Parts: sequence; C-alpha cells; structure tokens
Amino acid sequence: MARLNINGRVVEIAAEDDTPLLWAIREQAGLTGTKYGCGVAQCGACTVHVDGVATRSCSMPVSAFDESQKIVTIEGLSPDGSHPLQRAWVALDVPQCGYCQSGMIMAAAALLAANPKPSDADIRGEITNICRCGTYNRVQAAIKQAAGGNQANG
Amino acid sequence: MNQIASLPRRGFLQVSAALGAFTLGIRPPEAAAQGAAQGTTPATAPEVNAWVVVKPDDSIIIRIARSEMGQGTLTGLAQLVAEELNADWSKVSTEYPTPGQNLARNRAWGNMSTGGSRGIRESHDYVRKGGAAARMMLVEAAAQGWGVPAAECRAANSTITHQPSGRTTTYGKVAEAAARLTPPTDIPLRDPKDWTIAGKPLPRLDTVDKTNGRQVYGADLVLPGMLNAAIRDCPVFGGKVASFDAAKVAGMPGVKKVVPVGETAVAVIADTWWRAKTALDALPVTWDNGPNAQVSSASIAEVLKAGLEAPEAAVGNRAGDARTAIAGAARRVEATYGYPFQNHATMEPMNATAVWTPERCEVWTPTQNGEAALAATSEAAGLPPGRCEVHKIHLGGGFGRRGAVHDWVRQAVEIAKQMPGTPVKLLWSREEDMLHGRYHPITQCKLTGALDADGNLTGLAMRISGQSIVAGIFPQNIRDGRDPVVFQGLSPGGEEGAFGYAIPNILIDHAMRNPHVPPGFWRGVNLNQNAVYVECFMDELAHAAGKDPLEFRRALLKNSPKHLAVLNAVAERGGWGQPAPEGRARGLAQIMGFGSYVAACAEVSVNPAGELTIHRITAATDPGHAVNPQQIAAQVEGSFVYGLSAALHGECTVAEGRIEQENFDTYPVMRMAEMPAVEAILMPSGGFWGGVGEPTIAVAAPAVLNAIFAATGKRVRQLPLKHADLRRA
Ligand code: FES
Ligand code: FES
Repeated sequence: MARLNINGRVVEIAAEDDTPLLWAIREQAGLTGTKYGCGVAQCGACTVHVDGVATRSCSMPVSAFDESQKIVTIEGLSPDGSHPLQRAWVALDVPQCGYCQSGMIMAAAALLAANPKPSDADIRGEITNICRCGTYNRVQAAIKQAAGGNQANG
Repeated sequence: MNQIASLPRRGFLQVSAALGAFTLGIRPPEAAAQGAAQGTTPATAPEVNAWVVVKPDDSIIIRIARSEMGQGTLTGLAQLVAEELNADWSKVSTEYPTPGQNLARNRAWGNMSTGGSRGIRESHDYVRKGGAAARMMLVEAAAQGWGVPAAECRAANSTITHQPSGRTTTYGKVAEAAARLTPPTDIPLRDPKDWTIAGKPLPRLDTVDKTNGRQVYGADLVLPGMLNAAIRDCPVFGGKVASFDAAKVAGMPGVKKVVPVGETAVAVIADTWWRAKTALDALPVTWDNGPNAQVSSASIAEVLKAGLEAPEAAVGNRAGDARTAIAGAARRVEATYGYPFQNHATMEPMNATAVWTPERCEVWTPTQNGEAALAATSEAAGLPPGRCEVHKIHLGGGFGRRGAVHDWVRQAVEIAKQMPGTPVKLLWSREEDMLHGRYHPITQCKLTGALDADGNLTGLAMRISGQSIVAGIFPQNIRDGRDPVVFQGLSPGGEEGAFGYAIPNILIDHAMRNPHVPPGFWRGVNLNQNAVYVECFMDELAHAAGKDPLEFRRALLKNSPKHLAVLNAVAERGGWGQPAPEGRARGLAQIMGFGSYVAACAEVSVNPAGELTIHRITAATDPGHAVNPQQIAAQVEGSFVYGLSAALHGECTVAEGRIEQENFDTYPVMRMAEMPAVEAILMPSGGFWGGVGEPTIAVAAPAVLNAIFAATGKRVRQLPLKHADLRRA
C-alpha cells in the first residue's frame, strides 16, 4: 500500500511494492494518459514529473515514493489543456497517432521549466523519447514556439 | 433532381437497434465520450445517408470507414465528404461505423481495410459521392418544404438559400426530411480545382485529445468488471507449449486463471495487467520448439544467397535480352545487396479486449481492417459474424502490423472464451510484440548492368532472392510461384509502381525463398528495399560510366515525365550541381509506388570517426491530387523517420529459430537527435490519386546511402548501416 500525490490529490495505491509507478498510475489511479511503450526506460512514453523532474515511470517502483513527492501526469499538466506546449502542439498539429505524445509533452515541459529558452541543440539533446510516427521535427518546432519564438537558434 | 422521391428508407437507426438487441450492454465509459473512437450515433440524429449524419443543431457527423493510425486519413476523408456536402467545416466531427454494421448493411461503407496507402486513393470517388448525394437530398428537402424547384436553391456552409426569394434554412432543420428521400443516382462531383475544404491544409480533427491524455487507445480501455491478460507465445515460430505449471502462480496477487491459448501460447488472467504480467514472468513453461529450432540468420542468408543463382525464378519485368546484352557489354557492373527482417514496433503494443458468451462475442481493438478483425473474431469465437462485433479504436501506430493478420484478436477471443461473460483485455508486452511481429521480409538482390563504350546502360539484370509477404499471408494469391507485390516499383507499368528507366534489355526476377519467420506488410512494403537496390545501383552504374548520377538518370527517364519531374525538383531544391557546404555530400533517389511519384536529395557528412550526420533531405511527391497538403508534409517527414530508422538501425536477427531483439535497447530506432531537416515539396499534377503515407519512405534510405558514397567513397550494400565502417579508408 502506497500513498501517492498525483496531480495534487493523494491517492491510496493498493499494489505490491515493486509495482512500477506507471502501472500504479494507469491501473490504480485510473489515469491512462501516461502510456506504456517499453517498460525499460527506453521510449519515454511513460514520462511524468516527479517534483518537476521528467521521470520514466515504468522503471520506478511505487515503493520509491510517498505523498511528499509531487507527481504530475499529462492530465495534471494544465487544468484545461492550456499549457503553452499544449497550445503549440495544437497550433502546429504535432501528433500523428498520438501514443507517444503525452510523454513527449511531459518531457518537453520539464525541459522548459529548467531551460525556458532552449536552443535546437538543447532540445535535440534533451528530448530522447521515441516517436515511431516520426513527429520529431514538429515536436522541436512546437517546443521552440512554446518557448516564445525562434530567438535561441543553435 | 427528379430522381429524389419521398420514399422511406431503411435507416441506420433500425440496424443499430437490431444490433443493440444482441449487445451485452457494455460500453466503454471513457471512450463513449469520444466522437470518433467507437460506437454509433446517439438515437436522435438523423442519418441523411451512410456517410452523413446531421443533427438538429447543425452539427455534422461524417462516418469514416478507414482507420486512423496517425496518417491523417480521418481528416482527409472527412474533408472530401464535407467538400461535396458544402458543409460548415467548423461543425464537422467523425465516427467509425462498426464492421458489424457494415455487414448488416450490405457493406454500405465498402472496404474498411486501411493499408497500402489506399485510404483515400481507393475510396475518394464513393465518399465524395456520399457527401454530394447528401447535399442534393438536403437541398431537395428544403425545396420541397418551400414548394420551389431545387434548381433555384444553393447550398453553402451548411445553409440552403432559395435564391429568387432569399429565404434560407440550415441542414439541421431539413435533415430529417432529407433522410426520407430516395438517394439520387446521378451524382456529379466537383472539379478538384474548385475545392474549398478538400485540398486545403486544414488542422487535423483529432489533435486536441492527443495533447491532454484524453485520447483512449485500445491499451487504455476499461470496461466494467474487466480483467487483464498477459500472454507468452512460443518464442520459436512453429513451436508450441509442452507444459506449464499453473499451480506455481495461482496464489500470486490478483491472479484469476492461467489458460492455454491455442497450442502455442499461455496467458495469465488477473485483476490488473501488471499482476498478470508478474505472474506470467514467474510461470514455469516448457516449450516444444518444433522444426525450426536450429534456424539462424546465417542459415537463412545461405538459402537466400543460393537463390541469387538459382535457375528458376518468377519474372516481373522483361524486355529485350538482358543476358546477351550483359555478355556482350563493353563494361559489366555487378553488386549484391541485402535487406534484413524488421519489426513494425508500433508505439502501442498489440492489444484487444474481448467479451464472449455462447451467443455473442464483442471485441474492442485498434485495427487497420475492421472487417478482417470481425472475421478473426468470428472464427476464434466459433460464432457467425452476425453474432460478433468489433469496435474500432484509434491506433497507437499501425504501419501494416494491424491490418492483414489479427493474431492478437484471435488470442484475446480464445482467452475470453475461457472466462465467459467477463471482458478481458489482452495487452502484449513490448517483448512479446518484438518476438511475434509480422516482419518486413528478408531479401537479397544481385544486380548486373551492361554499359556500352560510351557509358550508356544497355542492359540490366536484377535477381531478387527471398521472402514473399503474399506467400506468407495470402498464399492463395500466388500463381506459378509469382508474387506480384515483390516487384513494387519495378514493374513495366501499373499504379503500384512502374519502373521509370528506359533500358533496352531488362530482366527482373524473383527466386522465392521463404524462411519460417512470418512476413508482413511493413510501411513502404517492398518498395523500400527495391528502391535501395535500384537507386543505389543506378548510382554505382553512373560512377562506373563516369557520369553525373543526375544526368545518368535523366537520360534513362526521358520517357517517364512524372518520374523525371520529381527528380528534377529535388535536384534543383536540394542544390545538386552546386557545391555542398564544407564536409557535406549529396545523394539522389527516385521511384514510383503506391500510385505516387517520389524523389529525394539527401545531404550528409561523415566525420573522421565514421559517424554519420544526415543534415537535410529534400523530398518531392506527386500524388496526383493532394487532399491535405500539411498532412502530406507530415507523412513525408514521418515516413522518413520510419525509413531512416530501418536504414540506420533496424534489424531483427534469428538465433535458434527465434528473434533475438526484445526491446528498444537492442532494436534501436531513430530519435530526435538523428533527425534531419526535411523539406517536402508537394507537386500534385492532377488526374490521378496516389497514396502519401508510404511512397516517399522508400527514397530516404537510397538517397542517404548514395550521399554516404559521395562523402566517403564507401558503398553500403547490406542494411542496416550500423554494421558499416564509414571511416575513410
Ligand atoms: S514505457 Fe517507460 S520508457 Fe518506455
Ligand atoms: S505520434 Fe505516433 S508514436 Fe509519436
């Protein structure tokens, strides 16, 4: 039994200690916006924020958490989909199948929180999530747009 | 419009009600909130015809028979219907009719298969007619209401105006009356040059929910009372389960049941998927690995190699006498290429949710072909198709994996049969997905070219040896050992890929060699490796002849103006003939496939350590008509990621009969850091309808390989590139 603070709410998680945070979020908290893609920290589809840091939730057991850590999922990124990244994503029609996009947006949001004006090189270095549909260039453009234009080239 | 008379018609709602009588009454709660995800229209909305539903509030639901898997077909098809409907685009949403409804209504929505880049190119005519017919009926209904001739009325933006009097009404007000009219039979369509909705770079209809976590995929589905299953199929293709010890895991948390699935697999059913998977991992299973347990990549390569010299082969393209031309050539050029097995690796692993009773079976699944999924459900359920239903869900990637075979649907139904009345969701682990793909076929190709004393290409022989997808999936379609799909891009004519080069003596044939690893249609299908084989070899020939690769191709394409036009476009925009930036070099490729003409110019550099950077790719596509230019650009860019992932990294190897790569750590794919800038040139020349989801993928790899040669002098003939040493010799 774990108590997790997810999107500002404390949730009781009835799961074995070694259950990955991803599956506690999806199956116990019922928040399915966070996706399973690989289970081995390779793809980033499961990315959430833990105290603001992008974290691949498939590879962290629930026992590593208590309610003092703030976990934010895609559902909690903004109340109404109005985070600058979400708006940029819509404006540039970034998603294709969309399956990787929650993880992409969460990874990008953590990047912008730490580095509000990332260069192209910063973005390409930090965003290592897999998108099999190949949305990378639009993801990069949308992060730049959300960061406020193209002034930080290079 | 005299053919429209006031006769009642058999409507969608009656059929829905009939299906409802069977239904187990289970609706996915989250998904029900989603327009397009699944299900039928609420009972209050009048259907004008199979394609168009107009609600009293003027909102319009356009029915989409094909599946949305990221390629944007949902939006493109809706644009085509809305165009002819003269709809207010801001009020348009979409939904999928179910395969069961299609069956019950005598295939009112036609083919549901979504593959081969066919979504739009095969249905544009009848979906546009669906929109046009609905518009004609709405106008007629308004005219009848006013007692005026329909010819005096005009429809625009979901509003009908009686021009002489200036009276207006809206689609929503007349939809019910329109639905009672007999559909017209003579349905003229608009000239694409007059399009105002189709042909425009409109935003997709399905974007917002994909940015806030609300889009429900099959893997996310939750039904009341649902259990979860994890499965392990014998890792060696052709093997089966010898035994398993269910008692060892029966007491683990959440476990409900351990069940055999056919002869080859075992599944654990538990309250949550994680618990099912945990118990499955702990379950002792012994396998009977069957007849293929000794097969390896090396043994497969030997078989293919022998096929390169085999006397028997099926001919795909023959002109003149290639053997004689080669024997008498002033200069002979020869090279052998190879292309490996690759997994689709959709981001969302295979999954299906099934509920079975002795009377009825329902399945929720992401599928590229709802009708094939229904057939698989029916067979596995042991029930006629009329007692089964499939609810389609947006796919977390398809790329061909979720179309032709529905192995995961059969498994889900077989599992659900062992829990009658309880919905069970089967979700594959990534490992299961990697080990049980339907792989890109493995082939080798030996090419021999004849050059005359002036460096003109007088003969070409091309022997493909290897796997046939059609033999693996639709063996009944193989005639005299010939699989026509093998020759994509190499055929003398036809829309699946006409060989553009005029070579007086040509022989392209295929020695079919089918390893036990199951093949599948993989985005780009056979055009991928055929483009590598032909376009890299054209580059080799040009260099052997001492000619510029562009000029060499141009001379051979003089009778193929569309092939030539896209090639010229990328050469010009890509800067061919101009000096490349310091340290960079360029490569070209062109081909035709899936009804479209495509070309690419790649610009790369290779550092002294042999590390490749692909800086940019200029790509041109002529798909005839372009329905949504910004989505075509997205498809070109996206398909390059898929194609370049394959060229750079993608390889599934075989040891002891099974695939060795189980996850993205050993099956790397392209990530953002490797992504080149992509400039997509769209040059629709009109007059035909080509695909866009697949064709352009094929030119990415050969353009990059040719640029690597230009940069390093090294020919890479065996993919993936990760095995090649690109350090300058
Ligand atoms: S599911 Fe966690 S990184 Fe892939
Ligand atoms: S949008 Fe499909 S995997 Fe990224």
